[in-house]
Parts: sequence; C-alpha cells; structure tokens
Amino acid sequence: MSAVLTGGFADPAIQSAEAFRALLEAMARPGRIFTVAGAEPPAPLSVAAGVALLVLTDSTTPLHLAGDADCAAVRGWIAFHTGAPLVAAEAAQFAVGRWDDLCPVDRFRIGEPSYPDRSATLIVEMDRLEADGPRLTGPGIETEARLSLPETAVFQANRRLFPLGFDTILTCGERLAALPRSTRVEDR
Amino acid sequence: MKDYNFAYLDEQTKRMIRRALLKALAVPGYQVPFASREMPMPYGWGTGGVQVTAACLTPGDRLKVIDQGADDTTNAVSIRRFFQRTANVEVTERTAEATVIQTRHRIPEVPLTEGQILVYQVPIPEPLRFLEPRETETRKMHELEEYGLMHVKLYEDIARHGEIATSYAYPVKVEGRYVMDPSPIPKFDNPRLGGNPAIQLFGAGREARIYALPPYSEVVSLDFEDHPFVASKADHCCDLCGSGRSYLDEVITDDQGSRMFVCSDTDYCASRQAEGHRGRLSPERVA
Repeated sequence: MSAVLTGGFADPAIQSAEAFRALLEAMARPGRIFTVAGAEPPAPLSVAAGVALLVLTDSTTPLHLAGDADCAAVRGWIAFHTGAPLVAAEAAQFAVGRWDDLCPVDRFRIGEPSYPDRSATLIVEMDRLEADGPRLTGPGIETEARLSLPETAVFQANRRLFPLGFDTILTCGERLAALPRSTRVEDR
Repeated sequence: MKDYNFAYLDEQTKRMIRRALLKALAVPGYQVPFASREMPMPYGWGTGGVQVTAACLTPGDRLKVIDQGADDTTNAVSIRRFFQRTANVEVTERTAEATVIQTRHRIPEVPLTEGQILVYQVPIPEPLRFLEPRETETRKMHELEEYGLMHVKLYEDIARHGEIATSYAYPVKVEGRYVMDPSPIPKFDNPRLGGNPAIQLFGAGREARIYALPPYSEVVSLDFEDHPFVASKADHCCDLCGSGRSYLDEVITDDQGSRMFVCSDTDYCASRQAEGHRGRLSPERVA
C-alpha cells in the first residue's frame, strides 16, 4: 500500500516546472533526448513515464493503461497522485504502455479537422532510447535527427494525417524524447 | 515566497496550459484553445503571455521582459516585478543572458539561441478576424486551408496604396499549412520568425488561445510574385548608437517638428553605446 502513496514529487511546483521544461524542449526538438527526475512510479512504469504522467495528467485527462502497465499497483498510484480517470484507448487523451501493447494505434484519437489538438498523446515505454535509427526531419529539427523508434511505417502514416494525428513521448528509464505528428520519418 | 504558489498559477492551471503548449508545438501555427484565467492585471496587459511564462518558468531561469523592444516601459516593468515577486527568478535586460523572454510586439535584435524561449503577448490571435468576424467561419477556413480572403486583403492594399501597406502583424504561413498572426510585431521582424533556434510561444489571454513555432520552423510571409514581401524600417540610422540595421522608433522632440530616431530595442542600443558607437544626437556630439 505504501508504494501507492510514495513516489510522487516531493516539491510539486518546482519539480513539475523543471520536468515540464524537459518535455517542452523534447516536443520542440523531436528526437533529442532529455533526462528527467523526481517520480518513482511502481513497476513496470519508468521514471520518465511517471514524470510525464505527474506533469501532464489530472482528473480532467482520461488515461489509458496498456498491457503490463494496467496493473493494480499502477492503477492505485495513478489514482492517488493524478486522479486521472482510466478509460479505453478510444477515449484516451493520454496513454502509457509498451509499443506492442499500444498497437494498433489507430484506436487512439487523432483530433478533429477543426480541432486537431483534441488528439491523444502516447507515452511509449522503450527498452532502448538512443539517437540512432530512422531519420527525422521537420519543425524543430535544423537538419536531421535520428531516434531509435519502435517502427517507422506507423509514424509515416501518422504524418500523412497532418494536421491530425497522435503525438508520442518515448520514455526509457530516466530519459525521454518526443515525436510530434509534424515530424517526417524515413528509414535509413 | 509563501504567499503564492511558484509562479503564481496553481498546479492544475499550469498542467492545463502545459498540455496546450505541447499540442501547440505539435501543430505549428494552429491556435489551441485553453482555459485562460483571470490574472491580477487587465486584459491587454499581456495576460496570455504571463500565463505562458508562468507555465514555463523554473527557479533557475533568468527572465527578460520587453514592451515594444524596451525593458523600462510600464508593461515590461510591471510584468518583470510580478515574476520577481511570485517566482523569485533572476531578471536581466541583456537578451543574450536571458533564458525566457516575454515580449510585447518585438523580436530582440540580438539573434536568439537554443535554450531560449520567446513568449509573445498576443491581442488578436486570429489572422482572419478582421476579415471574418465569426469564429465558426474562421475555424472552418483554417480547417479547409481556405486563405484566399487574406490574399484578397493584401491585393486590395496594393490596389489602393500601390504596395502591401500592412506594416505590423503581417500574416505568415507556417510549415506550408496554417496562416498565423505573428502578434503585432513590425514586419521588419518577420524574417526572424522562421529558422529561429529558440522556441517561440504565443499567448492570447482574452481570446484564450495558445500557439507556437518550434525551432527552425519554416515561416513564410504572405506576398505576391510581383509584390514580394519587404521587411521595411524607417530609412534612418539610430540617433543614439548610429546603428543602420535595427528597427527604429520615431520620437517627437519639440513642437517645431523636430524628431529623432532611436532603436526600439533598448538593450541593443545601450550595448552598442557602451561599445563606443555614437549617433547623430549622442550627448557628446550635441554638446
């Protein structure tokens, strides 16, 4: 039970501000990897995923837990620290889990043509997050970036929906990177 | 600082603004609606910019606030003091030393760098608003990428004045998709919107909209092949620092029609004067 009550920010205003700056820079500079700290969520959630959830979710943001992340420990931790309602993928504003568990990602909201912001943000737990792999170009990237994405075809399809589409935050341990829908992804 | 939460806003409000900021970065140029709060200053005084700044500030930041380029005007001074008091952050007037810069109607002359955030105060975020007053219609126009009306407006400028007479809040197209109002910056500043290494965030408090330009975004000022966009400024040099490249304010100096031109960016002008640059009306030249 104590694991449910612990692991939040000790100094929420300051720690969430510093963590948000990392998230803001990550979303503004797709593919660049940032380190965050302050959350200690129960397994299987990573520190970075816990931080993203504490910074961004609350009782107004429907959350989907995918695969292993949908366990009693995580449910209790989310309920105590954020109060986010847990929902099915189709209704989620945020979702967290491993890529295989989040797939098929076409279940998630991509926004409406007149309100493209009403789309899901996926927090994808990765075994490995490095600056190599598929080539990224687009807003926020001066020339090109590279990031170890779980796959490319889905993100290419997501880019074709622009300005609709979901946005992705990739987490691994204490590190995170982001892939907004605006980024063009190429194999190579 | 026990009287306020860090940076004034409560955490629930900051989360709401932060979510809007991330979506704004993901869809560059699109105006994200947000639940704008009452701030302890009137609408029109930068409540949108203040809320965006409050959601982004960390204790380690060094904040600069400018109003029409100046650090020492009422709006800039009061917002700077607000954040000194509620967030206890360091402040500066030097563009190069600032990590967060809140601005009303200018982009600093000194090029921005990675790691800096430029927060614009925006009065009317909708570039099509004066052409089509209905929000339902302008939203549809953005959805359908139907921006012909804006080109008609620029064409009518040419028909009436012989050139595109729009001199501030000059509309731009972002990443080939959304037409965006860059806030009432002079069109002289438009070329610095695109390809900028800093993150640019726009907050409109009364209109409850947030939008953003990620670094290195493609930002094109709308124009015609035979009437290309020109980033114009007053055809003078600064009378205090002699700069021929900065944006100038015209200042009436007496009731005989005398006037002087000075840099609107006070930090840029003061830095140049400290380096020994002098203009036509520098004190030692006039004396």
